Amino acid sequence: MGFFDALLGRSKPKAANLDALFAVPQAALTLQAGLGMVPTGVGAVCYRANEGAAFQTAQRDVQQLLDADGGPAVERSQDAYGFTWLICRQPADALEDLVTELHAVNTALQDDGFGPSLLCSYVGFTDTDPDMNPDASGRGPRRLALVYLYKRGTFYPFAPTTGDERDNQLELQVRGAVDGDVPIEPDLTRWLALGGAPGL
Amino acid sequence: MARTRFRNDRGLTARMGVVATLLVVLYLGVTAGLVVALPQYSVLIALIAIGLGWAQWYYSDKVAVRVMRAREVTAEQAPELHAVIDRLVALADMPKPRVAVSDTDLPNAFATGRSPSHSVVCVTTGLLRRLDADEVEAVLAHELSHVAHRDVSVMTVASTLGVLAGLIMRWGLFFGGGGRDRNNAVVFIAVWVASIAVYAISFLLTRALSRYRELSADRAAAYLTGRPSALASALTKISGDIARIPSRDLRAAEPMNAFFIAPALSGRSVGALFSTHPPLEQRLAQLAQVSTDLGRPTG
Repeated sequence: MGFFDALLGRSKPKAANLDALFAVPQAALTLQAGLGMVPTGVGAVCYRANEGAAFQTAQRDVQQLLDADGGPAVERSQDAYGFTWLICRQPADALEDLVTELHAVNTALQDDGFGPSLLCSYVGFTDTDPDMNPDASGRGPRRLALVYLYKRGTFYPFAPTTGDERDNQLELQVRGAVDGDVPIEPDLTRWLALGGAPGL
Repeated sequence: MARTRFRNDRGLTARMGVVATLLVVLYLGVTAGLVVALPQYSVLIALIAIGLGWAQWYYSDKVAVRVMRAREVTAEQAPELHAVIDRLVALADMPKPRVAVSDTDLPNAFATGRSPSHSVVCVTTGLLRRLDADEVEAVLAHELSHVAHRDVSVMTVASTLGVLAGLIMRWGLFFGGGGRDRNNAVVFIAVWVASIAVYAISFLLTRALSRYRELSADRAAAYLTGRPSALASALTKISGDIARIPSRDLRAAEPMNAFFIAPALSGRSVGALFSTHPPLEQRLAQLAQVSTDLGRPTG
């Protein structure tokens, strides 16, 4: 925000930056080669539902558009903080399709003027072989989300364990691995904890 | 090309610009008058006034937190409050301020700090108890907008002028009273009278500026959360509660009024010109307008 904007108390809602999403498949290859983690085929878009009929219409249109391809139906759910998640499911090996779907949700909302309401998107990953990287407490395969922050245009890894805990070691490992493929959020305080994210 | 539903309120921006310009003009006038009338002390007086203003601005976060007897809370102590703020700052793309809670039954919130990265957002326990999750979020978005607009800096600069005028008033009286030279005494009295006028005008202008910035923060918060109605209902609840609480308890919080989301004293007894916050009706009308803009079908 510029000097005059501050002086006059104006701030515009920040627009979303969508293009970097298409870099995810490249990062997925690196993750598989380096850490043995593969996509789960689940991804989601998180946004702030605005009040009013216009947003309802936009949201319904997006869901209809995505369900028209005959694949698994898009699922919508609400988290504890008043944000809405649109969960897309595709076969695990069709990551390009998943990313395209996520991108379609974003473009549709943005075209309706709700770009500022987009919070983040994630693509889920898990271990190829649950026994290869046993969790310290034997809780099964590790979970990982590569999260895209629209307002920053950057990615960060989020690895939930139990409750509100997150596996920082895995997250930092992932950061090192995919650094060359996708822009990584340098400010660690912006690595938002998505504890209640559905589908993860 | 992506559309935006955000509309600039040009009228609001223009009014604020006029008020800010008037303040600057007044400020320059005072400085010029000072140099002419009191050449030997003018530098000292100006330095003291600016120094006071600077300290007030630089330590605003610590002072405010102490005055309100608030304590900073970590993400472990108040996970829900932090999670809400985390999401709002991610949505607005701004650095996360520190979070404090004040153990007061008065439902209110304020934000302060010299820059967005040295800011504190404080809510009272009374606010958390009375409002539901959506409304608390709306109030937090309003406070975050104050941080993003750098309202503490702007208001400090604006009110430093008042401090400066007040100082001249006292110093002019002090040095003028002992003067032997008749001519000099006349000049001093003139300066003194002028400084009272300057003080009064700057007071009114600062209050006007404060009201416009509240409206700006309301707008920004409504667009950030996409729910103007949540903020409207929070304001209604807070204002109603404040009006009901006896004013004796409230006076203690009065110096903090400029940073509160709703003033602690009822606006009816104080003239609208003197209040730091716009009337509730005006704020609700603006939020209703934002709600209409958000709900307009795509065409």
